[in-house]
Parts: sequence; structure tokens; C-alpha cells
Amino acid sequence: MEQTGGEISDKVPGFIAWMDTPSGKVPQISTTLSNVDHLGACMARWGINRMGYIVPPGLYAIGTPDSAALVVVTANYKMSYDRVRSALSGRNLWLLVLETFGVNVWCAAGKGTFGTGELVKRINKADLQKVLTQRQLILPILGAPGISAHEVAKRTGFSVQYAAIRADDLPRFFDHKMITTPEMRKVSFTTYERLVLIPVEIVLTLKSLALISAVVFLIAFMANGYSASVVMALACLGAVLTGVVTVPILLPWIPFRSFVLKGLLAGLGWCSLLYYSVGGCSWDITTTAAAFLGLPAISAFYSLNFTGCTTFTSRSGVKKEMHLGIPALGAAIMVSAVLLAVGRFL
Amino acid sequence: MTGMCYIKNVTTLKLNQTACTGCGRCIEVCPHQVFALEGRKARIDDRDACMECGACAKNCPVNIIAVDAGVGCASGMISEWLQEHNVPGIKSGGRCC
Ligand code: SF4
Ligand code: SF4
Repeated sequence: MEQTGGEISDKVPGFIAWMDTPSGKVPQISTTLSNVDHLGACMARWGINRMGYIVPPGLYAIGTPDSAALVVVTANYKMSYDRVRSALSGRNLWLLVLETFGVNVWCAAGKGTFGTGELVKRINKADLQKVLTQRQLILPILGAPGISAHEVAKRTGFSVQYAAIRADDLPRFFDHKMITTPEMRKVSFTTYERLVLIPVEIVLTLKSLALISAVVFLIAFMANGYSASVVMALACLGAVLTGVVTVPILLPWIPFRSFVLKGLLAGLGWCSLLYYSVGGCSWDITTTAAAFLGLPAISAFYSLNFTGCTTFTSRSGVKKEMHLGIPALGAAIMVSAVLLAVGRFL
Repeated sequence: MTGMCYIKNVTTLKLNQTACTGCGRCIEVCPHQVFALEGRKARIDDRDACMECGACAKNCPVNIIAVDAGVGCASGMISEWLQEHNVPGIKSGGRCC
């Protein structure tokens, strides 16, 4: 069951006071984030209480907006809400928060929860037609995959303007006659933007990571004894982390467009590093072959997984990679395991 | 985006230019500057940059853009694929970025 944002009350983050409007009371909220807000954001990045990181959907007031003030629309993921309100500091605007079940604008638009139906529903529920004399909504560009602007206009009379990709660009947008510059329209995927995605990826992989390491350790322990099993478990752990951490960080600098190839290359790097640091020249031929086959394949699988987080990979591209890549990677890991087993009996 | 280009020649994006009214909506919503306005018509200018988000198709008022945008995000597709192919045990959980 998806978690909802609940009802607006005086407990909403940043609550200052109630404001009277023709359609009832609206909470006026602060544009300054508190330490609690910053801590919450940090925890959410590590996947802690991420599901509870949600605000109630509905209409909020920033400053003292009147009936002619503009309306900015966002999702009810608390980080989206915090980003937008802090970017609107010093202005008088309405903030309309959609119920996206605590998911950010981009992912919610892809799922359709940041969508035409929900927007129309929120406009009617907040009775925007009564609160406002103007008929314009400002939306984030990354919400466009879920919204059909002409449909919204037809059903509510409100026209939609897509302002910018990043909330940080909103001040510039409002200060410059509400014109979206080409820069504001360009999606970015900077090192920082990639970095902040990694913690939660690690947390999400922890379970399979622990499992894989444990299984590998046990098998190796039974077969080859303690020190070999530690090396093997570490080798696999490193291969996974190469896919989950190294590839995302070094993304633009690793050659190839394909994430499978990027992962293979990075995995090969990890394997070579391991080979030279733990004295791989003493490995027998099957172990060496198994390592150089299996470890890059593990990295490639995990780096393919990262396509879900990027802002530039297409569905058809991922499909193509999976179609060719997953059978090949699966085969490589299998052959690698067989090699290790065979090596035991040689 | 410099340094960030995905696989070429895969996008399912299609535009029926003849019916285009030149409203510019597709240019407004595309995060990868795939379209350009040429005279009074939109044109696909940088096809390989398309990430198939579906924003253009959804917002074109005369409905002349088609793209297989699908649902959810790509990591969800991996678990979808694994389930379709009956690979047990591995799941990315259908989560989102
Ligand atoms: S699907 Fe998205 S990325 Fe592709 S052209 Fe349309 S708006 Fe641009
Ligand atoms: S949104 Fe449709 S009608 Fe408008 S410019 Fe683009 S293709 Fe043409």
C-alpha cells in the first residue's frame, strides 16, 4: 500500500500561520529550512525513513499571496517541497502540492501520479477558481511526462507554463519576466547529482550484497580454506561496489555509451587492481580466468542497474542492453563458477 | 549533456511534421533539446539525445508525436525483465531512483 501525505494541518513543515482565502484556511509556510529539514534530507538520502518523507497535498501560501498571485506546482516528496519553498524565499506565491505518494516530480511523472488527473483533482479540491482571479500554473519541466497541458486547460481553464528543470532556477525565472532560458531547460547530471544518489543505491544493494558475499565466502571456505575465501568474498564485494559506486561517479569519463560495457571495463579495472594487490601471479590458471570473467560481469550487471537513476538513458536503449547483456553476463558468471569448481579438481 | 550520451539509433520517437502547428510546446518540455523549430514546423534535431520520457507526446496539442515512453523507470524494467524470464532471487524491487 502506498503511503499518502494525509491532511493539511498546523503540523505541516514550516507552518507559520493560517491564512484566510475565499475557499477556507490555507497554511502559510516558511521559506527557511530548519535543521530538522536538513537532517531529514540527509537521512532520506541514506534511505532512512524515506517512505515517511512526505507532506500533505493541497494548497500552501508562501509570503502573503493574493488572488492575482501565481501558483507553483510540486510533488509531495518532502525534499521537493523543501527545495521549492526555499527557492521562493521573499516572494508572494501559492504552492500547490500534488499527491505523488512521497515520490519526487520526475519519477512520479514517469509513473503518472504527478499527472493530469491528480492536478485537475487538486485544483478542484483547493477550489483554485475561487481563490484566484488569474488562470496560470507554473510547473516543473520534469513533471511534463505526466501532464498534458492542453488537457488541463480544457478541464480547468488553467493554462500551464513549464518553468525550469531545477527549483534553484525559479528565482531567475521569476526575476526575468518568467522566461525560461535554454540553460534552465537542460537536464544535468553533475558529479554532485550522481554522488547524492549513491548512498541509497548502496543501502538498496546491501541485502543482495550480504547474501552474495556470504555464499561466496562459504563455498570458498569449504573448498579452499579461510584466507582464499576472504579474498573471494572481498573480490565479489568490490565488483558489486564498482558497479554501484565507481561507475556512477566516473560515468562521463568511462568510455562507451553502453552501461554494460562501462561496467565491464570498470570491473576489469577492479579485477586487475585485486590481481596486483593480493599477488594474483600465484593464482592458478582457472582461478585467474574465473576472476577476470566473473568479476567484470558482476560490475556490469550493477552498473546497468544504475540506468534507472540517470537523466539520459532511454527505455529502448536499456531494453537493447538487457536483451544482449543479461544473457551474456549470466553466462560469464556461470562459466566463472564452473572454472572455479573445475580448478578444485585439477 | 556533454559526456553523457546513451546508445544511438534506439529511440522510438516519431513526429508527423505535416500537421504541426508550430506551437513550440515540444521544445518547451523536452529536457534534452531534441526538437527545433524550422520555419513554422517542429523538426527532430537531435534524435539520439531522446530519453523517451514522453513529455513531448503528452503535451503536443495536435497529438502528432509518438514515443514508447512506457511506465516506471529503467531499474524497474530490469526486475520486470528478470521476472519475465523467470530468473529467481534477483529483484531490484521495482523501486524508483
Ligand atoms: S520523449 Fe522526452 S527526451 Fe524524447 S524528445 Fe520527447 S521530450 Fe525529448
Ligand atoms: S507540440 Fe506538436 S504542434 Fe506544437 S510544435 Fe511540437 S509537434 Fe508541432
